[in-house]
Amino acid sequence: MTVRFKQFPGVSLSEEDFRQGKVLYQMDELKAEYAWDSGIAIGAYLAGLKRGVILGVRCSHCRKVVVPPRTVCEWCFRPMEEYVELPDTGTVNTFSLCYITWDMRRISEPEIPAVIHLDGTSELGPSSVIMGGILHKLGEVDPKEVHIGMRVQAVWKPAAERTGAITDILYFKPIR
Amino acid sequence: MRKVAVIGAGMTRFVRRALETPKELSWEAARMALESCELTMDDIDAVCFGTAPDAFDGVHMNGEYASDGAGGWRKPFMRSYVGGGTGIFVPIQGWYHVASGMFDVVLVVAEEKMSSYYPHAQAAFLTIFDHTTERPLGPNLLWIFALEMNRYMSTYGLKKEDIARVAVLHKRNAAAHPCALLGDANITVEDVLNSEVLAWPVQRLDVSPVSDGAVAIVLAAEHVAKRLTDKPVWIEGVGWHLDTAYWTNRDLVYPRYVEYAARMAYEMAGIKEPRKEIHIAEPYDPFDYKALHHLEGLQLAPRGRAIELYLDGTAERDGDLPICPSGGLLGVGNPIAAAGLMKIAELFWQLRGEAGERQVPGNPRRGVAQAWGDLMQVGTVVVMGR
Repeated sequence: MTVRFKQFPGVSLSEEDFRQGKVLYQMDELKAEYAWDSGIAIGAYLAGLKRGVILGVRCSHCRKVVVPPRTVCEWCFRPMEEYVELPDTGTVNTFSLCYITWDMRRISEPEIPAVIHLDGTSELGPSSVIMGGILHKLGEVDPKEVHIGMRVQAVWKPAAERTGAITDILYFKPIR
Repeated sequence: MRKVAVIGAGMTRFVRRALETPKELSWEAARMALESCELTMDDIDAVCFGTAPDAFDGVHMNGEYASDGAGGWRKPFMRSYVGGGTGIFVPIQGWYHVASGMFDVVLVVAEEKMSSYYPHAQAAFLTIFDHTTERPLGPNLLWIFALEMNRYMSTYGLKKEDIARVAVLHKRNAAAHPCALLGDANITVEDVLNSEVLAWPVQRLDVSPVSDGAVAIVLAAEHVAKRLTDKPVWIEGVGWHLDTAYWTNRDLVYPRYVEYAARMAYEMAGIKEPRKEIHIAEPYDPFDYKALHHLEGLQLAPRGRAIELYLDGTAERDGDLPICPSGGLLGVGNPIAAAGLMKIAELFWQLRGEAGERQVPGNPRRGVAQAWGDLMQVGTVVVMGR
């Protein structure tokens, strides 16, 4: 810091200041509702989930197979139009044992989010790309036993209850 | 391209909850930066402003809303926003305003007020998850970091008690920073390991705090800088780079976005061997493992081995490569955009020998600052030297 500055601005408030009414404030809630169209590629993905199938997509030029599907290849900027049915099995790339909710409330039984590297997608060798990675949760497993490299399989909702959503897969469970 | 120098800097304290509004915080930092180089608003040709998501403030076009505090009125004004990378991108934007010959003197201000969002600022980020393929799973923001930390740790067999050394060093460094929120000269590895588990492997003290604050710097073209100061600190290289938007398609073990941004900045600065030619590093450290991740992306350590810099004392303030002598985000605080620019201000003070109690010994000549953001996929890097 330049020697001229001994004092720095910024007044720190505490919860107590609010409780004691020392601070005036305005409280408001914003309303925002959306209906997101699924589009072409994710539309196909969701339709696949409804039938109990995970779809990837193949690039017509570089032949990479990726999931989730998209209409343009990030590598060669050419169309991706050839949908591929992938097995509903994969490998845990990474996971967490999460003890809080989105609004920082505590939960006693951890949720187990994971990146699952699905089978049947392209490998790029020892680079930093996994083209078959999706976010989902793990279930039917003791949190202590989850490990990276664990083989897992999707557990689906009964066909009649599927709506064409990522939650048509309830979770992934270990393959024993 | 013209040479561009940093000639002044100022900042507010970083606090959990500030009484001041974003405009007021911006004004305090901007006034201080101008005063530090004895300029007034009349000397400023353009203003660059950085602030992170409008969702924190609940104000559409928050940059423009807060612009009067940053001195933007009656000036060419531009807000940039690349998420957490903003604090290092906004000085890059200022740099090309000046390097291009468009402007001679530019004021760069970065502000963040995270505390307005209820119940917790973390939730303001939830929309970074894909609305169709991810949000129905009920994610929270910590998931991404916990998943990344676990992948990084497991791949290289790193221990939690080693990674905790990062949080300890940065928070101890911050004890000497007059603006710090979480400086603690006596914190230990045990304190970190005993803190609450949020999303394993992430614990409370592995994470930087939600904060409010603002930072400002003044940039000048060479002919102006040499008239105004005998200690200009030059921006020698800048770089930024974007990785894929599909975060689950990135192997979280290595930040390619930092590597490519760093290579761009190093090439501009003529740096061939960063580990030898960089004397101070301010990698982005919102989480302790993230400092290690970024040091590897910055080519300051081989993959999986950045932890050694902390274990053998290299990273300490009097070590061979001091890391986050400011105290970083873990110690000073993490008002998103302001936190990145704080790192630029730190290099400015360090390279001028004005960092007071935090001064790195041995007259350091060159430093690098880096931030990370967008959908967790942008790297922004600035190399500064004297």
